[in-house]
Amino acid sequence: MNYVFDGSYHGFLCCVFECFEMKEWHAVPVAEGFFQPDIFLPERTIFTDVDKAKRIQDALINQFGKATADDFYKAFLSEDTEAWNAAFYIMVLLFKGNHSILEHFGDLKVLYFHQTLKKVSRERHRMKAFIRFSKSNDGLYYAIIEPDFNVLPLILSFFRNRYTDMPWVIYDVKRNYGFHYNLKGLSEIVIDKQEQTAFQNTQLTIALDERDELFKRLWKQYFKSTNIEARRNMKLHLQHVPKRYWKYLVEKQ
Amino acid sequence: MLERIEEKLMILADAAKYDVSCSSSGSKRKNTGGIGDASASGICHTYTEDGRCVSLLKILLTNHCIYDCAFCVSRKSNDVKRAAFTVEEVVDLTMNFYRRNYIEGLFLSSGIFKNADFTMERLLRIVKKLRLEERYNGYIHLKTIPGASEELIQEAGLYVDRMSINLEMPTEAGLKLVAPEKDHDSVRKPLQFVNTKIQTFQNEKKLIKHTPTFVPAGQSTQMVIGATPENDWEIMSVADEFYKKYQLKRVYYSGYIPINNDNTALPQIGSRPPLIRENRLYQTDWLLRFYNFSLNEILNPAFTQLDLDIDPKLSWALRNLHLFPIDINTADYQTIIRVPGIGRQSAVKIITARKYGKLREYQLKKMGIAYNRAKHFITCADTLAPLGFKYAPQIKSTILQMGSSKYKAEIAENQLKLF
Repeated sequence: MNYVFDGSYHGFLCCVFECFEMKEWHAVPVAEGFFQPDIFLPERTIFTDVDKAKRIQDALINQFGKATADDFYKAFLSEDTEAWNAAFYIMVLLFKGNHSILEHFGDLKVLYFHQTLKKVSRERHRMKAFIRFSKSNDGLYYAIIEPDFNVLPLILSFFRNRYTDMPWVIYDVKRNYGFHYNLKGLSEIVIDKQEQTAFQNTQLTIALDERDELFKRLWKQYFKSTNIEARRNMKLHLQHVPKRYWKYLVEKQ
Repeated sequence: MLERIEEKLMILADAAKYDVSCSSSGSKRKNTGGIGDASASGICHTYTEDGRCVSLLKILLTNHCIYDCAFCVSRKSNDVKRAAFTVEEVVDLTMNFYRRNYIEGLFLSSGIFKNADFTMERLLRIVKKLRLEERYNGYIHLKTIPGASEELIQEAGLYVDRMSINLEMPTEAGLKLVAPEKDHDSVRKPLQFVNTKIQTFQNEKKLIKHTPTFVPAGQSTQMVIGATPENDWEIMSVADEFYKKYQLKRVYYSGYIPINNDNTALPQIGSRPPLIRENRLYQTDWLLRFYNFSLNEILNPAFTQLDLDIDPKLSWALRNLHLFPIDINTADYQTIIRVPGIGRQSAVKIITARKYGKLREYQLKKMGIAYNRAKHFITCADTLAPLGFKYAPQIKSTILQMGSSKYKAEIAENQLKLF
């Protein structure tokens, strides 16, 4: 049985609800975008019902703790269908009473779930490290990102706690949404494609703070000066800073 | 103006880069209505082309120095361009880099100009300005200037996250060869002083919650490797002693990079820095701190030099084959982490997973251990009875042929050992 849901986390949780309601233990959740009808498998469209999702989420927190509930959300943010299947399989088993399933590393699905969490957590950490703000002349600090996984929700609190006294925007152009912090709170923003191009070609629209270029230059200079040529090791360098991140790194321009 | 600051940054970052400490972890400074905090895990914001992490803005306040240490690029007799930052320049650079998320904090060191107190006082002024005027709560690593007064060191400790002071050469005799004006005592004293203060503050914190923090990320030191003739056993003995005596958070090992040919006692320009040896020393350091090895198991008077072609854990295991193979399904954690190719995280995974069924080879392979190395030392549920006894040289050559060591090419250049 295939459950076709809308691709949101709420929808995903509704699939778990449906699975228990109908006792269809071998169901597989498939997001609309990835769904290809299979002639041999029945399918059902699952409508996203926030109340049902909330019941599952609350049950997760009450029975297995907030950390476990968060882990399922993080695994979902990987946008990896195989990880979704593993998460679904584990969640169903948990609710069916197999409380130790998450420790069963010998089970390849469970292992894959944990490996996905690790990958997401690595990407989250990289975003904390690799985000580079530019300062516009009205004092707004803004940064563009294209992370491998949808980790923006996971790094917001970090940036809010650190850069409390300045307004900033972090925008994910791959998934087309971002967040704006205005010294009081966070709000989600969406910029249409045209504006985005302008956003990325900073020279055109956003007038940079007059000293922004200076600090970019100084940072590049520092990056060069702090390198020890006799120890050059590009293989290691690339391992730490894979090429796909260079686009937005000031020092690699 | 701009050209000048760019030139200063070039000179003073270049002079600071030989201090390898890059850690920005271990502090828990919260953001109290200002800017910045110190992330407990630390963050490397980028990596240089030599593969080292860049987490802090690492600069000298000035490279003018009254000392003449042969291994140091900023020594008095060396003909390099000199520069000095003003207090305001350092603060401005730090804040603007930090707000753009380029860095995790500031690493501030300095050549010694006029005298120790004069230098320390200037460093302290920068730190105070950042904390009090800019309301900056990010990470600060400050060098303790040898010979500075205890009052200044204590005051600095109230504002910084980490302090460090370098041993430079592993032994007193080695240090005298290259820096006759210096001695280990001037390093031990401040380390001892700050360590005592850290303990005092921690004890007070238990009683009075409002006790200010004092060097919350602890102290570290650094030794230069390969400039003087100490062997690995001597080096690690010193590190081991300093970890125990002064509760250091880190000892750094820095392979000597030849700067010029003035001093014939030092390696000359063109000789490669001992990167592999440095790596093996770090591995040993980790084994001592996280794997419950005691130093004499890895290095002792009869075995004074680490192998370059294999890591110290494998080397120890090959010298102690009578302890192996161990049964993955019954051995305890302490035994499992001693298996070459299995790290702490994998060991925890193995122990957790085996509660739910005996582990087989295919499961272990997936868990992220270096199976090709580990397989010679373990048995799992479906291991066939081993055929005959294996000798250490045989295991070693099998592992070296299987693996694609990152050092293969470099080690092949070295002369083979006869015995």
